[in-house]
Amino acid sequence: MSDAWDVIFQINTLTAALRLATPIALAAMAGTLSERAGIVNIGLEGKLLAGAWAAVYVTYVTGNPWLGVLAAVAAGMLVGLLLGLFAIRLRADHVVAGVGINILLLGLTTWLMQVIWGSRGTSPTVTPLPRWSIPIVRDIPVLEELVGSHAPLVYFTLLAAPLLWVVLFRTPAGLRLRMIGEHPEAADTVGIPVHRTQYLTLLAAGALAALGGAQLALGDLAWFSQNMSAGRGYMALAANVFGQWNPIGSLLAALLFALTDAVQMRIQTLPNPWPTELVQMLPYLLTVLVLSGAVKRSRPPAALGRHYPPDHSAGAP
Amino acid sequence: MSDGKAPAAWAWLRELLVSLGAVALALLVGAGLLALAGYNVADAYVSLYQGSFGNIYSLADTLLNAIPLLFTGLAVAFAFRGGLFNIGTEGQLYVAALATALVALALPGWPSVLVITAALLAGAAAGAAWGFVPGFLKARTGAHEVITTIMLNYVAILLTTHLVKTQFKAPGPVDQTALIPAAARLPELIATTRLTWAIVIAIALIALVDWVLRRSAWGMDVELLGQNPEAAAYAGVPVQARVAMIMAVSGAIAGLAGSTLVLGVLHRFITNFSPGYGFTGIAVALVARTRPWGIVPAAVLFGALQAGGLSMQLFARIPSDLMTVVQGLVILFVAAPGLVTLFRRRAGKTGMALEREGTR
Repeated sequence: MSDAWDVIFQINTLTAALRLATPIALAAMAGTLSERAGIVNIGLEGKLLAGAWAAVYVTYVTGNPWLGVLAAVAAGMLVGLLLGLFAIRLRADHVVAGVGINILLLGLTTWLMQVIWGSRGTSPTVTPLPRWSIPIVRDIPVLEELVGSHAPLVYFTLLAAPLLWVVLFRTPAGLRLRMIGEHPEAADTVGIPVHRTQYLTLLAAGALAALGGAQLALGDLAWFSQNMSAGRGYMALAANVFGQWNPIGSLLAALLFALTDAVQMRIQTLPNPWPTELVQMLPYLLTVLVLSGAVKRSRPPAALGRHYPPDHSAGAP
Repeated sequence: MSDGKAPAAWAWLRELLVSLGAVALALLVGAGLLALAGYNVADAYVSLYQGSFGNIYSLADTLLNAIPLLFTGLAVAFAFRGGLFNIGTEGQLYVAALATALVALALPGWPSVLVITAALLAGAAAGAAWGFVPGFLKARTGAHEVITTIMLNYVAILLTTHLVKTQFKAPGPVDQTALIPAAARLPELIATTRLTWAIVIAIALIALVDWVLRRSAWGMDVELLGQNPEAAAYAGVPVQARVAMIMAVSGAIAGLAGSTLVLGVLHRFITNFSPGYGFTGIAVALVARTRPWGIVPAAVLFGALQAGGLSMQLFARIPSDLMTVVQGLVILFVAAPGLVTLFRRRAGKTGMALEREGTR
């Protein structure tokens, strides 16, 4: 047992956690953004897949992983637009639209993989993103091991979280966005373009989540595989709730979730391992506990999931 | 669900058209994808049809695929009627399947009727418990059932895998239980088709849910809650208790999808056995417009897409994942009321539009 505890505090477990957390954190921040603007974003899983697929495909064609990252951003924005089209313009229930998008993208990426590469399992290997080491950090012993050498999107995530926090909570644009999520009627009254802001937010959120997919495909690995997001989008949704609809909270929650994953992977190598499945279960159980207010009061934006102008029929779930 | 004052027959027809339109539109987009990828669309859809309705065997295959969807679709639809979103049917059918398999294994030598009944009840109870938790949490703490049910899906899959690996694993490379005794297996309705009495159980359950929703006081509470929770509370409906119970009942129904698969098809519990019956159940419930009897054609439709997709892959060499794309599109199209308005505006004011005057 004490062996397992030791693993948790090993520095390379934490390094692995940082790497594993990145896709979840990016998708979670995407969830934070869109939910703060009142749009429930169940579709994060689909955006991760779209980003991962587009990143690998364009890298495969061009040989340049940076173009792959750009393609991921474009694909994510496209999926964000699709969610906007259905959830805003066509007034579909947000949850249903998100579920539909996830199934659509799971099917589409698997289909395209077979049409283009003739394989249902994995794509051919492509050039991955390089690893960067940060000049000053790499000379400091512990920090060097922890954040010394990662794919660029890992650093991007660490910078994006505080940046998004500033935008959301310290700028007029962020205030407007949050006002839409809390009280769209009031936002409309003071002249904030509700739908346009929501669309823009979904574009940004789509790009962020798809970057998570790009990290998964080109940062961690160098190929696309069927359903490679494997539920990380749903975990990101949980991280967003766990992190109290706050970008920094989302990042920290993603780190915590990823730590359980990293620990689980390392524990397998011990002579007396803990049961894998029970460790893997922790993030999901924690989220249920947090949502039930067992750990801390959590409150979603007041107008989350509502259409504006309101629907005529009352009581839609 | 229906918000106009239109006669029931018109509303019914309108909803049927919406569902059919959504499916047709999704298949049309699918045809576009097929053409873009350079396949022969006609060949593809002909083999889709032949693999689903073309002959008696493919029809049996379609129905076999539809059975679990009858349960999960009904479970999602029932929760919807009460204003609740049960995305947790996948997890509920896993815990139920394991409970059913364990009971079937624990009662060797019992008469067939008794062991099957006990195993089904155990599955329903496990599913109900798995549905009750998010319902109870929603009622007591307001925790949104969408997120809690998704989380509990993962917990259920991991928990059943853990239990099988550590406690109930049959010898061999696969993480699965031993085969259940012959007496515990659901008898076949038609020999050699694997179509068992599960389909009868499902239809009976649909009839029961339809009756409960329309004729019982409890069902009235459910409908009222779904349409207007504030009014329900004002009318004296015990909202908290009903919310927990609706989710438990929905979980029990979903659970039977897993139980009947174990007793009728798999004859054991196998880890990770479900190809997403729970999520497809959401599509089924939406296409059925949450009407209990609508579940039957909707489940058959998605069963047909699965069976036909497989034959498309075998005979036309077209990846069956196209059917997953179609399924996602159906969900999107059928869930978008604005899509109907859009088409209607294009088509001008027809009689259909007139009766919906004043609603958007």
